Amino acid sequence: MKKVRIHINEDLCKGCGICISLCPNKVFAKSEEISSKGVFLPVIIHGDKCIACRICEEHCPDLAIFIEAQDVEK
Amino acid sequence: MDQKHVHPLLVKYARIGAYKQPHCPGCGNGIVAQCMLRAIDELKLDMDKIVFASGIGCSSWIPSPLFNADVLHTTHGRSLAFATGVKLSNPELRVVVFTGDGDSAAIGGNHLIQAARKNIEILTVLVNNRIYGMTGGQVAPTTPHGVKTKTTPYGNLEYPFDLCKLVEAAGASYVARWTTFHTRQLVSSMKKGLLKKGFSFIEVISQCPVQYGTFVGIRDPAEMLHIFRKISVPFEKAKNMSREELEGKIVIGEFVDIERTGLAEAYQRLLEMMNL
Ligand SMILES: Cc1ncc(C[n+]2csc(CCOP(=O)(O)OP(=O)(O)O)c2C)c(N)n1
Ligand code: SF4
Ligand SMILES: [Mg+2]
Repeated sequence: MKKVRIHINEDLCKGCGICISLCPNKVFAKSEEISSKGVFLPVIIHGDKCIACRICEEHCPDLAIFIEAQDVEK
Repeated sequence: MDQKHVHPLLVKYARIGAYKQPHCPGCGNGIVAQCMLRAIDELKLDMDKIVFASGIGCSSWIPSPLFNADVLHTTHGRSLAFATGVKLSNPELRVVVFTGDGDSAAIGGNHLIQAARKNIEILTVLVNNRIYGMTGGQVAPTTPHGVKTKTTPYGNLEYPFDLCKLVEAAGASYVARWTTFHTRQLVSSMKKGLLKKGFSFIEVISQCPVQYGTFVGIRDPAEMLHIFRKISVPFEKAKNMSREELEGKIVIGEFVDIERTGLAEAYQRLLEMMNL
């Protein structure tokens, strides 16, 4: 079992949507509201489905998202 | 600036105040930048012992100002000439060049060929977005045949370079091609290139959703990554495919990985022999 934390940096994200599209478990959705920086940020809609594969993190052109994962006992 | 969620690679290797990438939303250059920082981190290299050099173009903004190391942002097409000077005068330093397809296949094409022939110990990462991104989307010597750009509105009449074959023929010690979709393979190639004692060349096919995307009608960077995945063919498989079958495909993999004495090492040996 893994305890996962998804970090999104709202100042660095440019809202390109790569993380939303590449996530195999559809953890993210595009925000319906525009942020103060003029960006449609990704929002976490299924955080519990994240398996910490880090595909979003590795493909983020702005290093605006990263995953913290810890192994925990079941 | 949101200090709570700063990527660990930025904390470790980026210049404070330069965390925000200069590129357009969804541009592949940032993915390549992250891969390089990851490769350096996995090898536990000291940033103070690496010199980065780049030319002119969007891709040349990968190391500067982001990387907290010595960075030479040089003139258009000439980064390899500057990098050669750095390596020969101070062979202790690791030298990495970031360049674009316009930068090193057009104006700097001969520098690329000569650096590979000399087998100078430099890792060159060429970001091939198949266009001149920075100047507004003009056709490049890497634009696929038939593709529409700002300067080829009826489709490109010319054929693109196969840069990996060119650099292999010129004599490089390590040659590989990946796309911005293949981040793990790219990191592994970068690690090999960083340790290689000869000329290393990695071509990264990358998305330019703004200048390339507008003319080909794909503005979504994620869609471009999905296309890269679909049209990529591993080198081993491509060997058994005909020219027609490979039309519109991207051949990925490691093409060359050999050991041959590099120029800087040979030059050092010569100096020692002459007691200089
Ligand atoms: C000597 C010289 N000629 C032309 C230019 C204009 N110029 C700037 S960037 C560029 C092309 C860059 O293309 P590429 O290397 O593919 O970089 P990209 O922006 O696509 O990453 C050109 C022609 C220049 N800056 N200097
Ligand atoms: S113009 Fe293209 S290559 Fe240049 S920063 Fe924008 S998306 Fe990237
Ligand atoms: Mg280019």
